[in-house]
Amino acid sequence: MVFQLTRDIATLKKQANDIRIHVLEMITQAASGHPGGSLSAADIVSALCFGVMQHDPKKPRWDGRDRFIMSKGHCIPAWYAALAKAGYFSEADLISLRQYGSPLQGHPDRVRLEAIEASTGSLGQGLSIALGMALAARLDKQTHRIYCMIGDGESQEGQIWEAAMAASHYKTNNLTVILDNNNGQIDGFVEDVMALDPIDAKWRAFGWHVIAINGHDMEQILRALDEAAQTPDRPSLIWAKTIKGKGVSFMENIPGWHGKAPTQDECAKAIAELRQNQF
Amino acid sequence: MAKATRQAFGEALAALGETHPQVVALDADLSKSTMTCYFAEKYPDRFFEMGIAEANMIGVGAGLALSGKVPFICSFACFVVGRLDIIRMSIGYTQANVKIVGTHAGIGIGEDGASQMGLEDVAALRAIPGMTIIQPADEIETKQAIAWAAETEGPMYFRLTRQKLADVNGPQYQFQPGKGVVLAEGRDLTIFATGGTVQGAVGAKAILAEQGIDARIVNIHTIKPIDRDLIATCADETGALFTVEDHNIIGGLGSAVAEVVAETKPVPVKRWGVEDVFGESGTPEGLYEAYEIDAKGIAKHAAAFVKSLK
Repeated sequence: MVFQLTRDIATLKKQANDIRIHVLEMITQAASGHPGGSLSAADIVSALCFGVMQHDPKKPRWDGRDRFIMSKGHCIPAWYAALAKAGYFSEADLISLRQYGSPLQGHPDRVRLEAIEASTGSLGQGLSIALGMALAARLDKQTHRIYCMIGDGESQEGQIWEAAMAASHYKTNNLTVILDNNNGQIDGFVEDVMALDPIDAKWRAFGWHVIAINGHDMEQILRALDEAAQTPDRPSLIWAKTIKGKGVSFMENIPGWHGKAPTQDECAKAIAELRQNQF
Repeated sequence: MAKATRQAFGEALAALGETHPQVVALDADLSKSTMTCYFAEKYPDRFFEMGIAEANMIGVGAGLALSGKVPFICSFACFVVGRLDIIRMSIGYTQANVKIVGTHAGIGIGEDGASQMGLEDVAALRAIPGMTIIQPADEIETKQAIAWAAETEGPMYFRLTRQKLADVNGPQYQFQPGKGVVLAEGRDLTIFATGGTVQGAVGAKAILAEQGIDARIVNIHTIKPIDRDLIATCADETGALFTVEDHNIIGGLGSAVAEVVAETKPVPVKRWGVEDVFGESGTPEGLYEAYEIDAKGIAKHAAAFVKSLK
């Protein structure tokens, strides 16, 4: 049965908060991983999985499903958490992240986990795969949409711009890309490592419909996803300005939390903060 | 009739378009060279011109494959395999049913020179788990291999020539994936050739016979997975193995054959081909002669190898 979606803002915010708690538990248990980018993506992930995308946890490869590709593959814990909460597998399985034999590989693996659409983790590649899926859907006259989340650091990869050029050339209006612009990457702030500004002008120049939002405002996220779906003649880029480590006071905007696991104490403190949130 | 294997591929793909609606083709601004232009003309909706952007072409091919299409993604061997990480992740690790076609392989491209010569592509792709590597030797083999690929699941790489190749297989030929083809029997050594060097290996047999050397000639069209049984049998029956390829001798056919005999039936092996150098401009025939991978060159080095064993 197709997953029962909701547009209730409080519910979607609560789901995002739960995703954040899971992400922290998973990465702490694994003692490795990338908390910052999963936390910045959590609200968008919640909107997609619980509010917008047509999907069926009992039939992960249902032909009519909307597709989601996490091109910035290191942030897959946020999507794993959403999948578990949607019923693809047990929430108790989430702590197997990065363990030997687990389908929850450190980066997404579509061979080991049916609910994953594309194996990613070598940055810059997911958008091309998403474009291939968009072209296939058009060939087959299918109406599902393809969603792809990319990172801002990831946008330094040349292949992102090859794909941006091609998607615009082919006018794939069934493709929505969400840029999680959290301004952090391993070596520091994106603007210092390799500046991307002006992001919106770049994507517009490549022929995309650009929608700028606050990536933590659930109403703006939903509105942007709807606007993208209704854009008739071109692919859409949702430029989501986000905060790396969002929701945990001592992680927010600290590049060091890109790829470092919290200690047990830090995890407990972070989760205690998140549990105080009211919806 | 002599025909370039890229030409045979282009004809085969266009023919498959009619019988296999899931087949699609992608090219990176070389469709008139890779010969996907025939498919593009007949099936414009299923042909995707991707521009000079091979990395994206590889990923788009993967996305099409994950949606049930059977994409053939095509460029020169050096350009498409040059984007190795994209092949590794988006096709190999993903197990996407993409058929990669690299044309103008080796020094056989000729005048364009070293920058356009794929001489490392087989070595690179042999290390990608699950990747089948096929280098056909003539028209009939190419057409049958491509037809087989369209119906067979899994990542594959086809290595094709710009230059025309003489027929080495008869009209009754049946392509068998993974099986080497014994083109001529012999007792003193086995010459394993692939793609552009097979016709030369066949020609070398007569030259060697004049010197009293009885060479067995084997065409290895499937370099991965390689025909371990046939290689072991040839090691057993002829006692010496000579390989020749239009590719760096490191990592290609020669390495694959040497790995098999080292682990099964150790016998002397001589790897011949492009000896860990870049190529250069020249006519295809002139380069095959200069690099001694034509019939005369193969015979010369095979004879020296046999003599060195006595």
